[in-house]
Amino acid sequence: MLENLTGRLQGVIKNLRGQARMTEDNVADAMREVRMALLEADVALPVVKEFIINVKARAQGQDVLQSLTPGQAVIQVVHDELTALMGKANVALNLAVVAPAIILMAGLQGSGKTTTSAKLAKLLKEQKKKVLLASADVYRPAAIEQLKTLAKQLEVDCFDSNASQKPCDIAAATLDFAKRHFYDVIIFDTAGRLGIDEAMMAEIKALHAQLNPVETLFVVDAMQGQDAVNTAKAFGDTLPLSGVILTKLDGDARGGAALSVRHITGKPIKFIGVSEKVDGLEPFHPERMASRVLGMGDVLSLIEQAQKNVDIDEAKKLAEKIKSGKNFDLDDFKAQMVQMRNMGGMGALMDKMPAQMSGMAAKMNTADAEKSMRRIEGIINSMTPLERRKPELIKATRKRRIAMGSGVEVQEVNRVLNQFEETQKMMKMFSKGGGMAKMMRGMQGMMGGKLPGMR
Amino acid sequence: MFDFFKKNSPGSNPVKSSLTERLKQGLSKTRQQFSSQLASLFGGGKIDADVYDELETILLTSDVGVAATQYLLDQLKQSVKRENLQDTTELKAALKAALLELLTPLEYPLTINEQKPFVIMMVGVNGAGKTTTIGKLANLFQAQGKSVLIAAGDTFRAAAREQLQVWGERNNVHVVAAESGDPAAVIFDAINSAKAKNIDIVLADTAGRLPTQMHLMDEIAKVKRVIDKAHAGAPHEILLVLDANTGQNAVMQVKAFDDALKVSGLVLSKLDGSAKGGVIAAIAQARPIPIRYIGIGETMDDLREFKAADFVDALFDA
Repeated sequence: MLENLTGRLQGVIKNLRGQARMTEDNVADAMREVRMALLEADVALPVVKEFIINVKARAQGQDVLQSLTPGQAVIQVVHDELTALMGKANVALNLAVVAPAIILMAGLQGSGKTTTSAKLAKLLKEQKKKVLLASADVYRPAAIEQLKTLAKQLEVDCFDSNASQKPCDIAAATLDFAKRHFYDVIIFDTAGRLGIDEAMMAEIKALHAQLNPVETLFVVDAMQGQDAVNTAKAFGDTLPLSGVILTKLDGDARGGAALSVRHITGKPIKFIGVSEKVDGLEPFHPERMASRVLGMGDVLSLIEQAQKNVDIDEAKKLAEKIKSGKNFDLDDFKAQMVQMRNMGGMGALMDKMPAQMSGMAAKMNTADAEKSMRRIEGIINSMTPLERRKPELIKATRKRRIAMGSGVEVQEVNRVLNQFEETQKMMKMFSKGGGMAKMMRGMQGMMGGKLPGMR
Repeated sequence: MFDFFKKNSPGSNPVKSSLTERLKQGLSKTRQQFSSQLASLFGGGKIDADVYDELETILLTSDVGVAATQYLLDQLKQSVKRENLQDTTELKAALKAALLELLTPLEYPLTINEQKPFVIMMVGVNGAGKTTTIGKLANLFQAQGKSVLIAAGDTFRAAAREQLQVWGERNNVHVVAAESGDPAAVIFDAINSAKAKNIDIVLADTAGRLPTQMHLMDEIAKVKRVIDKAHAGAPHEILLVLDANTGQNAVMQVKAFDDALKVSGLVLSKLDGSAKGGVIAAIAQARPIPIRYIGIGETMDDLREFKAADFVDALFDA
């Protein structure tokens, strides 16, 4: 995500860091680079202009000039301004109204409204809300069908509308149904429409008036170009938007829309869509995104992701084993890998790492790494429970059987066993020596710097 | 805002076919945006640095991109020097010429050869408009007296199959679909069915995918290989559908899909809503692949062949 922008800005930062003194010239040079980087990333031109003016003004101010490390101070200014551009802090959904709380989804064709509706439903369901999905997209063939199918997958209820109904009738019926069945939240999906299509804009305005939603969310494709300004304006003028959801951010190495959409609409980005899967919706944190854009990583999100996806019992069991230094077997070895995959795999993890670390990781191909992890899992799966507990049992004949079972060569089985032994040794070291703290110090030394957010 | 019925100044476009008119209507937003800014700029006066700065802004906000904008400005400065242009009104013709020169290589319409069936594979990111474009293409080919079969190769997205089936019913086209499963298998079946029925054209839909998802890019390369197995030499055309609203990311999409599949043509969809179509200039520079069609509206016949001159004219004439 955002690699292009990050890469270019890092060049600028590297340059600035080395500067002993800030002059008008080197600030201007840096800002020219930043401007190009932002434009290449599809950040809207008016936003770029204002951003540059703000940063320039502050970079030539007293705080920076009197700083001992002016380069660092300018970077801090850029970081602050980026955060400000994206809206300072995370803004959560406001559902504190008399049930049902209604969420209205609006946006261009193909921006991802239907998929996002389903993702949002899943998120709210996890918060123990009783959610009803409903679609008033009577124009695109099978759009309602799409939402129904997704709802079924998620085990969320979907209002039974069909394409022969009028959108306003669907709205009225949905509202009635939700009230009678005591739903907490209605997520109301609408057809994609162009900002310049007056008839369609009038329709959604009427729907809004009828439903009186507590949240009106504007769904924007992160890959949108400079026209995002006009689209956002058209929707903002028609509807009292309460927030924005940025979709397809995983596909974009630029993500300029993330930087400009808040500025244009004046509404907070509440969520970002980061994967095709139904759980690929994350709350948006401007300060974390700014860190990410500047290559400083997003360790906070990483930790949250870990908390959400890691099986706590499993992790505790593993921690116990590590502590005792005994009984770490192949099943645990496999469990570790499964945990890692549950967190979205290597790619997703690396994405949130600080640039120094992900730079290190870039040398190894994450896709290949994931593939080899899957293979290791396959090999372990081909072992009997006894073999997994007592790997020392595995001799030539068993190795051959395991290799056949998992469709690999015997050498690969050997490699996995070696790897496991190495890990086992490391685990023992853990339990003996100073434990975790010592290990962490060692790792920090390796990375040559502090992790951001850890002071 | 909706002043596309406004009379255009005569003489700017000698051949006023209905097609040009339609394109202009579709592009009216683009044109309005672009030309209202240009009109004030080209209204006459001395050519100075401010004019170039202004022009740069206009090109950038039209999604032309940094590299292509720089290129166009350099071209412009050269011709100003060479032809000793003095007035900004002369700049307009020069900019038009530079843009036309950049875009003309992309004007290369799709020709359906004697291959039977002629297999067209549709690819693109999520929400680009692949399925809608397939509907429009089916309609277009049928109007040309060709028999068409659609393969519902998007087995991933919920109800993608149903969406195509509705399109198929409207056009009276047979849609080959499977409950779920492997996209390559569905398309393989469709091609065999087309062979048996002596169908002229097979339109193969595929699921939307972002070029950053390596496993999905691998999958689509496999789909292409399987198509070749079903019918040697196929697919005869690989169309990448691009959303005209997309910014510089479109260039990355073209590169990624081309690297994986060797894309033979582009379709620029949703040009009716976009205030710009400028990204094609960036594409023309980075990876010149012919633009076969442009989508300029929501109805069935709103799919047109790309004409560079019409496109540039529509952009500039107000």
